[in-house]
Amino acid sequence: MAAAKEIRTQIGSIKNTQKITSAMEMVAASKMRKAQDLMKASQPYARQIRNVVAHIADANPEYKHAYTVARDEVKRVGYIVVSSDRGLCGGLNNNLFKAVLKDAAAWRDQGAELDFCALGSKAGSFFNKYGGKLVAAKSGLGEAPRAEDLIGSVKVMLEAYDEGQLDRLYVVNNEFVNTMTQQPVVRQLLPLSPDVGDNGSEQENARPQSWDYLYEPDAKALLDSLLVRFIESQVYQAVVENGACEQAARMIAMKSATDNAGDLVDDLEMVYNKARQAAITQEISEIVGGAAAV
Amino acid sequence: MANSFNCNIVSAEAAIYSGSVEQVIASGTTGDLGILPGHAPLLTSLKPGPVRVKFDGGDEESFFVSGGFMEVQPDVVTILADSAIRAGDLDEAAAEESRREALKAFNEKSAELDYTRASAELAEAVAKLRTIQQLRNKAGR
Repeated sequence: MAAAKEIRTQIGSIKNTQKITSAMEMVAASKMRKAQDLMKASQPYARQIRNVVAHIADANPEYKHAYTVARDEVKRVGYIVVSSDRGLCGGLNNNLFKAVLKDAAAWRDQGAELDFCALGSKAGSFFNKYGGKLVAAKSGLGEAPRAEDLIGSVKVMLEAYDEGQLDRLYVVNNEFVNTMTQQPVVRQLLPLSPDVGDNGSEQENARPQSWDYLYEPDAKALLDSLLVRFIESQVYQAVVENGACEQAARMIAMKSATDNAGDLVDDLEMVYNKARQAAITQEISEIVGGAAAV
Repeated sequence: MANSFNCNIVSAEAAIYSGSVEQVIASGTTGDLGILPGHAPLLTSLKPGPVRVKFDGGDEESFFVSGGFMEVQPDVVTILADSAIRAGDLDEAAAEESRREALKAFNEKSAELDYTRASAELAEAVAKLRTIQQLRNKAGR
């Protein structure tokens, strides 16, 4: 019966693990709802400011802001990589890092060097191992990240861009398609491209080529603060969207872990019953054999 | 639709208003400005204060904006507010309270005083009161 006892202990431990994963699944499900609310709440702002910035990039201002001018030679490319702080969320982070490396490899082939800014501890540790130049990192953002927490890291990257150390800036995060699907996306922040907005209506195409805004108080001050605000809002949106993805991915990962544990328990119970039955049969045949001998 | 245009007011937390309006009156950093349909493209920053929108029927609604940006295109106005609330939701007591506290922080020179923050809070509180006052005057008329 030694084998049977071993199997029983194993079943017990698997059941304990199953309890933990199913609890984590439920926690992730409730957090996902909150994270989704957070994501949806800030979406209108992010979308509208993207439209406004698309107009600015489309306009012919008398003052060309550094962010709107594409530099011909790209020597250094910056990535703001948004990851989760904790693991146990399936392939979410790995898929994201793969997308970053694929995009980065294309730049590297063109001779550009790479800078990384890691938001979330998983990205931090990944890029430490990978050996990229990590210029800024922030972790421990929690479930309800605040825009203030991100300003520092964003500022580091923007200053690098201002000083000409970076010629391109991308933000990489997981896009929340639905609960089952999260898609890593690499989006260009700087320099601004006119197709950044999502409404390329005909009316806008019909606009005369050389139009410009009236600026109040003046173009430089206004564009400076507006564009910084734009970058911050895009990064913030990336972070909250990634947060929703993280919870969704964790929920799915934990659900499949719970299901797998259930299958494992079923299999082991079958083995256990067989072993028990074999032991009983053996005992009976021993008794019968013994009785016949007497 | 020559005499109306679209207006979107969004804050960092939520979409506040979106719809067709006749006129938008906002407090820009260089002064109040009213936007009518067909306005030339304009980009301005906003200071804390009320934003009033007038609808086709002559009705109007007020929003409180604590700073932000306004973009004007001939057929659409977008207000990117740092935070915005419908003026009806403004809690006057809370506004008074925050103004008092800002003033207190302003006067207490001994305390480790964050001057810029205090003055920003004061400006915001005063702007909130201004919005309420405007609402009140309209109701009194």
